[in-house]
Amino acid sequence: MDKELKAENTKPILISRPVEPLKIQTDKLNAWFGNNHVLKDVSLRIKENHVTAIIGPSGCGKSTLIRCMNRMHELVPQAKVSGAVLLDDANVYAKGVDPVSVRRKIGMVFQKPNPFPTMSVYDNVAAGLKLNGERDHARLDRAVKRSLDLAFLWEEVKHELDKSGSSLSGGQQQRLCIARALAVEPEVLLMDEPCSALDPIATAKIEELITNLKDQYTVVIVTHNMQQAARVSDYTAFLYLGQLIEYGETTNLFENPTEELTERYLTGKFG
Amino acid sequence: MESLQGNWRNSRVRTSTPSWRRFKDRIAFSLGFLCVTLAMIPLASILFEVVRNGATALSVQFLTGTPALVTLPTGNAALAGGIAVSIEGTLVLMGLTAVIAVPIGLLAGVYLAEFGDNRFGRSIRFLNDVLSEFPSIVIGILVYSILVVGLRVGFSAFAGGVALSIIMLPIVTRTTEESIKLVPRSVRDAAMALGIRKWRATISVVLSTARSGVVTGALLSIARISGESAPLLLTIGTSSYFFSGLNQQVDALPVRIFLLSSENYVSGAQQQGWGAALILIVLVLCLNLAVRIATRGKYGAVRSRI
Ligand SMILES: Nc1ncnc2c1ncn2[C@@H]1O[C@H](COP(=O)(O)OP(=O)(O)OP(=O)(O)O)[C@@H](O)[C@H]1O
Ligand SMILES: [Mg+2]
Repeated sequence: MDKELKAENTKPILISRPVEPLKIQTDKLNAWFGNNHVLKDVSLRIKENHVTAIIGPSGCGKSTLIRCMNRMHELVPQAKVSGAVLLDDANVYAKGVDPVSVRRKIGMVFQKPNPFPTMSVYDNVAAGLKLNGERDHARLDRAVKRSLDLAFLWEEVKHELDKSGSSLSGGQQQRLCIARALAVEPEVLLMDEPCSALDPIATAKIEELITNLKDQYTVVIVTHNMQQAARVSDYTAFLYLGQLIEYGETTNLFENPTEELTERYLTGKFG
Repeated sequence: MESLQGNWRNSRVRTSTPSWRRFKDRIAFSLGFLCVTLAMIPLASILFEVVRNGATALSVQFLTGTPALVTLPTGNAALAGGIAVSIEGTLVLMGLTAVIAVPIGLLAGVYLAEFGDNRFGRSIRFLNDVLSEFPSIVIGILVYSILVVGLRVGFSAFAGGVALSIIMLPIVTRTTEESIKLVPRSVRDAAMALGIRKWRATISVVLSTARSGVVTGALLSIARISGESAPLLLTIGTSSYFFSGLNQQVDALPVRIFLLSSENYVSGAQQQGWGAALILIVLVLCLNLAVRIATRGKYGAVRSRI
């Protein structure tokens, strides 16, 4: 498997450390919206229990890439995918794989906080479990507390769990969405510019919690903010016009990018 | 740049001095005000007439009694008693219609919103729109010929409920579809990303987010059918007795109003007609109030705070 991936990768992936387990590998992943070919042969290997950042100019396919990982891409009418995404060595696009079970293992947080507007804080967090048939109140309570704790929100909302989810502040709403995604105990958390709608203080909170999450989860974060990528991620992938240009340890990639495109992007020459 | 600015200044001086603008503003405001007043005149006069004439008919007996004819000392017949039978009949018909049309309309609306983006969906939507424009008397005739006569169901509450359901169904379907389509993509995405099955996400997340719109549509459509008389004339018959079964004839306020107000020889009939009209209007008003209250729930309050 490993050999295959290396052989067909457009750019060699240089990771100096000894082998660490991989959580997600994309293999020659291509994606389309109708005739618009937005991902071209992306082969990326994401390490378990690390934070991987995906950077690149607007429209280069970052969101599409992570939406392909949990099979959200195919929900858009006319959207197509080819290639493979391996989650622990099993292709999530293999025949007979239920996309619902993939999404349960790979959670997602979106750019704009999107709590369920008619549900309370509690129900928002419990939604994933409840709507999959969990009825045991004690277990739900525990999951809600645990997830809100992980999302650094418990202390702020523990007395108003009955309040509507959309009455929280923007930053709290985004942390609520993180808690909601964590409550179903996924293995991977995909975050699509989770801080772009938030102020610096709320952003700092979320960055702190992301760092905290990597003990238990594998995190993939899309961001426009280089400093953020540098602060939170262990590995960084640079995407340009649907192609993976460079991928490596964040410090390496930021300090000595091997590709000229990467360097020009990092120094703000375009994008 | 400079010449542009110059031009702009010139044109401003030529066409719209502040006082001219203020004048135009006044004219627009007065016209608007006039139109609103004109639109209010029919509504106000109807309400005024109905309350003035109907209020005198109101009494406990009127609201709780069954129709009765009495002979006046002069030898003429006069109408006494009340319209409780008609009130009950209307409530029964409203309930029956809602029980038939709301579930079907709800599911149809969900279907159209979620899976209706194809030829079949578009045809259904088109037919639904045609149906909602149908003259209600035609629906009455249809139900009369198929159900009442054809299948020998006879004049009955059931036949009336079916006729009213056919009127109500397209409204519920449409409003449900529209309110579901208003639910932002992001809410749907969030549910799907949690690994919730699509049908479950649709019912528990999307439909619940669209709840206030759906409830509003259903209540307004009930208000709409509660005043229908044409389809009932051909389907429910009449009755002077309280409800005794879906296969029995029933009375309804709109039909009773029609009968009472076209009765010229029995004294008291016209007055009872006004009274019945007042009750019907109050009923419709109550439904509209219910809509207000239903949409002011949790979600409404939250929305207004944002
Ligand atoms: N729902 C959609 N339908 C059609 N085309 C789409 C859709 N979403 C994205 N695209 C197209 O796919 C390409 C990649 O979009 P994508 O959202 O993945 O970019 P991105 O890197 O996330 O950009 P941004 O940084 O602005 O979020 C863009 O050219 C865009 O026009
Ligand atoms: Mg994006």
